[in-house]
Amino acid sequence: MSHDSAFAAPTGRRIARTFIVYVEDRPGTLNRVVSLFRRRGFNIDSLTVGRTEREGISRITLVVQSDEDTAQRLEANLYKLVNVLEVHDVTHAPAVSREMAFVKVRAGAEHRGEVLQLCETFRARVVDVAPEALTAEITGTPEKLDGLIELLRPFGILEMVRTGAVAMARGAAMQSAATASEGDLAA
Amino acid sequence: MEQQIADRQEHRQSTLPSTAPARMTGAQILWEVLAREGVEVVFGYPGGAIMPAYDALPASGIHHVLVRHEQGAAHMADGYARASGKVGVCVATSGPGATNLVTGIATAMLDSSPVVCITGQVSSTLLGSDAFQEIDITGITLPITKHNYLVTRAEDLVHTLREAFEVARSGRPGPVLVDITKDAQQATVPFRWSDEPVRLPGVRPARRMAQEQIERAASLVDVAKRPLILCGHGVIKAGASEQLLRFAEKTGVPVASTLLGLGAFPASHPLSLGMMGMHGEAWVNHAVQEADLLLALGMRFDDRVTGNLKNYAPAAKKIHLEIDPTEVNKNVKADVALVGDLRRSLERLTPVVREREHGEWQTKIRTLRDDSATRDVQGIPHGGKLRAPHVLHDLWRLTRGEALVVTDVGQHQMWEAQYYRHERPRTLITSGGLGTMGFALPAAIGARFARPDDEIWVVAGDGGFQMTACELITCAQEGIKVNVALINNGYLGMVRQWQEFFYGGRYVATPLKSPDFVKLAEAHGMTALRVTSREQIPAAVEAARTAPGTAVIEFCVEGEEAVYPMVPANADLHAMIRRPSRIEESIHES
Repeated sequence: MSHDSAFAAPTGRRIARTFIVYVEDRPGTLNRVVSLFRRRGFNIDSLTVGRTEREGISRITLVVQSDEDTAQRLEANLYKLVNVLEVHDVTHAPAVSREMAFVKVRAGAEHRGEVLQLCETFRARVVDVAPEALTAEITGTPEKLDGLIELLRPFGILEMVRTGAVAMARGAAMQSAATASEGDLAA
Repeated sequence: MEQQIADRQEHRQSTLPSTAPARMTGAQILWEVLAREGVEVVFGYPGGAIMPAYDALPASGIHHVLVRHEQGAAHMADGYARASGKVGVCVATSGPGATNLVTGIATAMLDSSPVVCITGQVSSTLLGSDAFQEIDITGITLPITKHNYLVTRAEDLVHTLREAFEVARSGRPGPVLVDITKDAQQATVPFRWSDEPVRLPGVRPARRMAQEQIERAASLVDVAKRPLILCGHGVIKAGASEQLLRFAEKTGVPVASTLLGLGAFPASHPLSLGMMGMHGEAWVNHAVQEADLLLALGMRFDDRVTGNLKNYAPAAKKIHLEIDPTEVNKNVKADVALVGDLRRSLERLTPVVREREHGEWQTKIRTLRDDSATRDVQGIPHGGKLRAPHVLHDLWRLTRGEALVVTDVGQHQMWEAQYYRHERPRTLITSGGLGTMGFALPAAIGARFARPDDEIWVVAGDGGFQMTACELITCAQEGIKVNVALINNGYLGMVRQWQEFFYGGRYVATPLKSPDFVKLAEAHGMTALRVTSREQIPAAVEAARTAPGTAVIEFCVEGEEAVYPMVPANADLHAMIRRPSRIEESIHES
């Protein structure tokens, strides 16, 4: 149900868009952000939230499928929320984006070697080994995680958790005014 | 005008004697802050969780209007805000008191009305426990407020309430709810007031418009052959009527209006066309469809205005002047967008556009208008029947178009928009976005407190009036005067019309029995009259106007009159259902 938006007919291609949203760290803020997407019928691909270098300000990385026009209006709508300080659509900006996952995969004695080899190829760390299963920790782009997960699937994935992407722009250019100290802003 | 009000409020703030005691209860702080914000009247209903606040109210000097249902309180605050341009305030208790506000809050939200709602909440220690009359009202109102707050500490009241007022009236205005726990009302804390402006780090001031954008807009205006101004509610909100007048007169561009934009541009002005949209004038909708340039001022291309978006104004370039950036490109793609305060945008745009006449285009529109005039209901002899459009037309004539009219929602609302010609901003108050039946009477009561000296008429149908008729007694208790024109056609008329047009004439749940409205009004100690023929209208209107208190006139009108023209939902704007021509109709009637 991710695309039936109330907006005018989508004019462009829908792709996964990554927003970085700086918000005031107050009760209910996350609810307001999520509600904005819910109301317009968007399914959020992933959402992470955590503290920033500045006390009282949290940072959300949000991935959602949308076309260019809708993305612009989503950004404008986010800005309308009183607790939202800053929004960056980093979809096309030079940025690093990483996600982490734990994958618990069936790996009895007969397949353990194979599974370990796959984990090694993807630079996943094995964080737990049991007689019938092992748990791998992997960090990388969402695509890299997808790659490993697809290869592990035939062995039997018992449990999996993904954090959702966190993103940061490259270089010093995209520094946030919301969290910058006064010295940074003057510079 | 709003700037003047803001200035006045500021003046009031700075001249208030600093006699506030050093320590105050949360309840005292609440009223102290409201008084410093310039609040003179609040509309509300007491209950358990708001009792500490009520106990402290008399000392504040703020007048309280006791409503009969909290929905009325929200509409009154809304009506007050729309009539004055100031922030309206309503008060309710927790639980059912708060949930009863919801329809009124949503009404204010959809029409961008600055309202602050104060609700009591159970004590902070009980939050989340399903305590008696506890409800998550900040959760419930999250999508229908501009912002809301839960206050659990008296120390947070000053800055939260000041923020609430600032959020409600700044930018695109809207309702803000402040939910205050009972213990926060009871606690005694130091009162700390600061005259510093409220700091809202998350609210971006409108960016200064680039001159380049202004010039791009001007170049489109200068070359247009069939330009049209679409005048919306934003013109009134921004207090930009004079600026619009100057712009329209310099450029010679005719002005069409949305329902909520009526009054922003004088109806008697030669450039004024009237209302566009679903029940807009036929010539206006045709003009929109034929225009080569639309200047949309403070309006949002609502579906009731555009009809089918795919074939909306196909030949027109669009310039969108709007304070809310999320409205730009939402429904209609703008070729140039001027985001910011409308008054300022027009002040910058007017000097750089060329002086024009547009004689040919105006002649064309006049031709369209003549065609419509032959179908106008006003040309139809009443033949002993009382027709609602005649009532509205006569009311306009008899009040010389100078009354503040507050309408309910439905057919009478559209007839009012078509036949009561508004010359000044804030002379029509109506629920446009949400279309809330029951809005008129309470909104008019609110408006009365904002405009003590103006003639106020409620225009309501028999259906909507019964939704909030309980507020009649509020008029009596307050000793205030509003005149009520109750258009009784014995149906939920607009739904009946849709049933007639689109549901095979099956009138399901639309025939409506009503109490004897004359007796009802008399039971409230009010002047009441019943009108059954057109000849009786002038005397009845005069009697209502001269009655000392609230007066109710029941107009018993034809049951199955329809509002024409009508663009069926989602049809192309020019594909209107037109009133059968006069000749056909007279045959039909004989």
